[in-house]
Amino acid sequence: MTTNVQSDVAYHARQHGRWHWSEFAYWIAVLAVGLAFPSRYLIMTEIVRLALFALSLDLILGYAGIVSLGHAAFFGVGAYCAGLLSAHGLIDEPLLALIVSGVAAMVLGFVTSFLVIRGADLTRLMVTLGIALLLEALAERFSNITGGTDGLQGIDIKPLLGLFEFDMFGRTGFFYALAVLFVLFLLARRIVHSPFGLSLRAIKNNPLRAAAIGIPVNRRLIAIYTVAAFYAGIAGALFTQTTALASLDVFAFDKSADLMLVLVIGGAGYLYGGLIGALVFRMLQEVFQTITPQYWMFWIGLVLVVIVLVGRQRIHAAALFVPNLILKQLAGRKAVVALSDNEAP
Amino acid sequence: MGGWQVYNRIAGFMLLGAVAAGVGSCPASAEDTFKIGLIVPMTGGQASTGKQIDNAIKLYMQQNGDTVAGKKIEVILKDDAALPDNTKRLAQELIVNDKVNVIAGFGVTPAAFAAAPLATQGKIPEVVMAAGTSIITEKSPYIVRTSFTLPQSSTIIGDWAAKNGIKKVATLTSDYAPGNDALASFKEHFTAGGGEIVEEVKVPLANPDFAPFLQRMKDAKPDAIFVFVPAGQGGNFMKQYAERGLDKSGIRVIGPGDVTDDDLLKDMGDAVLGAVTAHIYSAAHPSEKNKAFVAAYEKAYGSRPGFMAVGGYDGIHLIYEALKKDGGKPDGDSLLAAMKGLAWESPRGPISIDPETRDIIQNVYIRKVEKVNGQLYNVEFETFNAVKDPGKAKK
Amino acid sequence: MTAVLTNLFDGVAYGMLLFVLACGLAVTLGLMNFVNLAHGAFAMAGGYVCAVLVNKSGWPFFAALPLAFVASAMIGAALERTLYRHLYTRSHLDQVLFSIGLVFMSVAAVDYIMGSSRIFIKLPQVLEGQFDVFGVGIGRYRLMIVLICGLLTVLLQLVLAKTRFGSRLRAAVDDPRAASGLGINVPQVFAFTFAFGCGLAGLGGALSAEILGLDPYFPLKFMIYFLIVVTVGGSSSITGPFLASLLLGIGDVAGKYYVPKMGPFVIYTIMIVILIWRPNGLFGRTAAR
Repeated sequence: MTTNVQSDVAYHARQHGRWHWSEFAYWIAVLAVGLAFPSRYLIMTEIVRLALFALSLDLILGYAGIVSLGHAAFFGVGAYCAGLLSAHGLIDEPLLALIVSGVAAMVLGFVTSFLVIRGADLTRLMVTLGIALLLEALAERFSNITGGTDGLQGIDIKPLLGLFEFDMFGRTGFFYALAVLFVLFLLARRIVHSPFGLSLRAIKNNPLRAAAIGIPVNRRLIAIYTVAAFYAGIAGALFTQTTALASLDVFAFDKSADLMLVLVIGGAGYLYGGLIGALVFRMLQEVFQTITPQYWMFWIGLVLVVIVLVGRQRIHAAALFVPNLILKQLAGRKAVVALSDNEAP
Repeated sequence: MGGWQVYNRIAGFMLLGAVAAGVGSCPASAEDTFKIGLIVPMTGGQASTGKQIDNAIKLYMQQNGDTVAGKKIEVILKDDAALPDNTKRLAQELIVNDKVNVIAGFGVTPAAFAAAPLATQGKIPEVVMAAGTSIITEKSPYIVRTSFTLPQSSTIIGDWAAKNGIKKVATLTSDYAPGNDALASFKEHFTAGGGEIVEEVKVPLANPDFAPFLQRMKDAKPDAIFVFVPAGQGGNFMKQYAERGLDKSGIRVIGPGDVTDDDLLKDMGDAVLGAVTAHIYSAAHPSEKNKAFVAAYEKAYGSRPGFMAVGGYDGIHLIYEALKKDGGKPDGDSLLAAMKGLAWESPRGPISIDPETRDIIQNVYIRKVEKVNGQLYNVEFETFNAVKDPGKAKK
Repeated sequence: MTAVLTNLFDGVAYGMLLFVLACGLAVTLGLMNFVNLAHGAFAMAGGYVCAVLVNKSGWPFFAALPLAFVASAMIGAALERTLYRHLYTRSHLDQVLFSIGLVFMSVAAVDYIMGSSRIFIKLPQVLEGQFDVFGVGIGRYRLMIVLICGLLTVLLQLVLAKTRFGSRLRAAVDDPRAASGLGINVPQVFAFTFAFGCGLAGLGGALSAEILGLDPYFPLKFMIYFLIVVTVGGSSSITGPFLASLLLGIGDVAGKYYVPKMGPFVIYTIMIVILIWRPNGLFGRTAAR
């Protein structure tokens, strides 16, 4: 009986997890954009990094309902780990260093998850924030190891797989980051469409009920939090490897806050939210910074306020009106412009 | 939620994204323009540095026109918020996409570091207008500095303090490269002159409250406090120094001139009177050139120029002169060759670029804060001529 | 020994200041359940109003202080009526997005109008310097802060506990529906409370210019401190945030004095420990809604 139920769940999960043609199109488009603007590799790399980072937050916020204002903690640990491995020449292969850094962040994620799963939203926000700030203070305290405010010196990233050098134009960096994002995205997709992923959603919707039907709530939350930490650590390590920089800023509160904005703009709980939010947020920033290097914050702020006042639903609908029109023609069936948003409470 | 709808939404966004990614990636380039990529912090804690530099450059271009040796000068301003990864990306984009001939600015040391490899690879002069750590110019053969180095001023104040009856000093410095430079050079010269350091506190760069640190200083009962805080934080420090009553207990303030930055000095209150600092620029510098500069700056922007403004003013002058000297050739190597050894009269006094280190050689003045016409100024009373960066002279 | 007392006094003054700055947030976040990260922007507004009045128009400092309160309260009331009101029922994430947007706008706007340099308020002679009481250094300005903030705290406690308005507010917060059924104009009560909280923040901003420094990035820099005060304190009464402020103030000052390099470390550790120990804060409601 149990096996039947399980295979049943797995079957539905698989059904739910089938690839839609637009997803294929999305990734092809991303690759195409990457090839089309060779002069903009650096900012595109930044967007890819941010997207991966946001994907990490989406895993816990969108699927498990854990809010966090301190996700930079894992980003920072990943970044410093990759930086230190390189600066001291411990691991020369970037890919290996990347994984080690991710694991380091994962360990931290596992340890801190016990603190985070307690308490309500506000408590979680502050505990996660506190952990990030604590790590920042630690990194500053041990500036002989981390380089403090000046940043870690002597980071020299060796060629990827011994073949591809990280060049000045960021070409290697971009495709490397994109490949990592894609692989991790596939993994995340697999996770959220598995029975495990479904149980997370059940927990998010109602923890008590989830516990009542036999889902080990705490263990599941710890597991996903740990996975998300791994993702964030990888994003951090990518940061260090593609820029050859690591300084205290990697732990900064702004990083976590921006991340939250990115995910909220893109919409949480469907994996692509972070990817889209990263693009929209960063492009907005770029455009405003080009127009007014001094006062761009005002316009970003205004956009955020307007988004909320008008309602994200309606913005999405309006933004999608034209593309959907095209899609409708192409697909030959009714495209749905907006849907019920399932975000964290 | 239904899977299909989600994916339609993805598809829609994707189209939008493709359009958006193209924005801003179509630079226009003309033959007879000379482009300067100016990367400074215009937002964040160091914003006042960037604004002063930007103002000074605009002022200079107003006064001297925007055409040099047949080239039209164009300045592209970028905000890096003092974050090195931003600096690096912006520098790269300016070099590759906008095809700038010079990158300039750099509000903080890590930013100057981050851009260094790009200057080397792109063979483009990097004119450092603000950051003051000694080692910066060694990070790339294309770096030229028009600001100052902290050892320049700190060694001199160290000697001065030892000779002028100051025996015990407590130090308070910001915990980053320039602060450590300032501390090390001061300590070396002060202790060599027979002084004693009784207390050493490093404060975090982003720091809201000096009071507890100052209390510590007070309890150590030194003759003077040696202070380095970055431009913009001096005001807060002096306020709390007065509030703690350190001025009343006879503990003097000495240091490089960052703490009595002209930008903020006006509003610091009378506690700052008598602070002795060694620095490269004072708005009260008694030369015609400086009077004209201060008057023009105050008229244009309604505030007093600080040493950051002068760094920017001299930086743009350097670029103008180099371009004139090499007859309008815009390539990096000939510009760099032209910059080496240039000497001119700046608002701060006579300065030149050391052909070997590409660092600035300038006068360092010892000044005391006094009231002039009811306003606080750093009044210079001793001059050390043509000081090279001691950080490099050592080697 | 005297150093200990001086530090204690400094910490208390710092904590009191934080309390005045943050107690408005304790009400909006703790009682009205609205995540208003823009709270610091109102404090900044008050600070700048006071600075302009004193420095440019030559008002006496003590006359400008109440105006800082009034100005911030009016801005708060206007924004509450036009914008915030629509967002009470929205999700926390929307509220975060909205209020962060407001912060960004305020930062850039103040930068545009007032410049990015730090500004100071010219103080009357009476408030400058320090005097000694049995060897303990007492800063005059800090003493004034302790007095003003102490008075305000007592007053607030009285208003909340004893007056008709206080009981209305408590009723409106406990159960808005029942309260409006009893004829309490809940939106009005909320609007008034919100404006009052902003006013207090404005007053706090004016007072803090001297100690914390006032520049356009004020709301961003101190947002974390305000949040700590509110979450650690809990929201059942204003006693919680008050004690949390004192704890934070004293912890911060003592941490910087005795272990200069570990300063921030102390505070964040205390915060995490308290939140783990009591997830709803020191004086949290047991049934958090």
